[in-house]
Amino acid sequence: MRIVVSYGFWIFLLSDIIMFSALFAAYAVLSGQTAGGPSAHSLFQLRHVGVETVCLLFSSYTCGLAILFLARRRLKDASILFGLTFVLGVIFVSLEFSEFAAMVAQGAGPSRSAFLSAFFSLVGLHGAHVTAGLLWLTFMMAQLKAKGPRPFVLRRILCFSLFWHALDIIWVAVMSLVYLMGARV
Amino acid sequence: MSDSLEHASATAPGPGDTDEEASRSAVTYTVGLVFALLLTAASFMVSQAHLLWQPGLSVGLAVLAIAQMGVHLVFFLHLNSGPDSHNNVLALAFGLLIVTLVVGGSLWIMANLNANMMPESAVMEMQR
Repeated sequence: MRIVVSYGFWIFLLSDIIMFSALFAAYAVLSGQTAGGPSAHSLFQLRHVGVETVCLLFSSYTCGLAILFLARRRLKDASILFGLTFVLGVIFVSLEFSEFAAMVAQGAGPSRSAFLSAFFSLVGLHGAHVTAGLLWLTFMMAQLKAKGPRPFVLRRILCFSLFWHALDIIWVAVMSLVYLMGARV
Repeated sequence: MSDSLEHASATAPGPGDTDEEASRSAVTYTVGLVFALLLTAASFMVSQAHLLWQPGLSVGLAVLAIAQMGVHLVFFLHLNSGPDSHNNVLALAFGLLIVTLVVGGSLWIMANLNANMMPESAVMEMQR
C-alpha cells in the first residue's frame, strides 16, 4: 500500500515537474528580452536568494526528520519538527513576496517586459506551490491532532513530505537558472 | 498488483519503523543536507567569483544544479537501486526525457528562428 500510494504520487510530482519545464523553457528563451527595461543583473539580490535557499533546504530536512518520528509514533517530536518546517516555509514565502513587491514598486512588474513576465510566472508558480504546501501542512497537523496517527492520515502526511522535497528540487533549478545565471559577474 | 502483496506491504514495517532504522535514516537526511548546502555554496561562489572560465560558467552552474538535484533525489526522496524503487526510477527516466525534449527543443527551435529572422532594417525596407 505504502509503495502503491507513493508511486501514484510520484507520477503526479513528475507531471508537475514537466509543467514547470515548460515555464523554464519560456524563461530560458525570453530571459534576454528586456524591452529596454531592467535586466536580471540589476534586479536580483543574491543575499535574499541565499537565505531563501537555506530556509527551503532546512525545512526539507526538518520535514524528513518529522516523518521518522511519526513512523515511531513520537507525535510530540514530530509536531515540533513539522512546526519548524512550517515556520521556515513561511519565512521563504514572505521573503519572496517582499522581493516581488519591491520589484513591482520600482516599475519592474510582470507587464514590463517578456523577461519579467516569464520571471514572475516561473518563480511565482513555485511560490504558489510552497504556499499550497503550507496550507496542506496546516490541514495535516489538524488532522493528526483530531484523528490521531491513523493509516489514512499517515498516508497523506507521507505524500505531503514527497511534495515538499520535490519543491526543493524545483527551487534548485530556479536558483541556478534564474538567479545565479542572471546575476553572474 | 495482487491483493496478497498489497496486504503484505501494508502491514510490513516500512523505513524508519524501528529505532535503529530511524537513526540510520536520520543520518541519511543529515548527510543529504550537508551535501546540498555544500553544492549550494559552490554554486553561489562560482557565479560570484571568477573561478571558472567565464564562457563556461553556465555549464558549470548546470552541472552543480544537476548534482544537487541528484542529492535531493537520493537522500531526501530515497530513490535508490533497490527493487522497491524500480518503477519510480523508470517513471523518472521518462519524465527526464520529456523535460529534455521540452526545454532543449524550445531553446533549439527559438535559436534557429532568431538566426533566420530578417534584420529589422530589411523588414522596414519591405514595408515601404
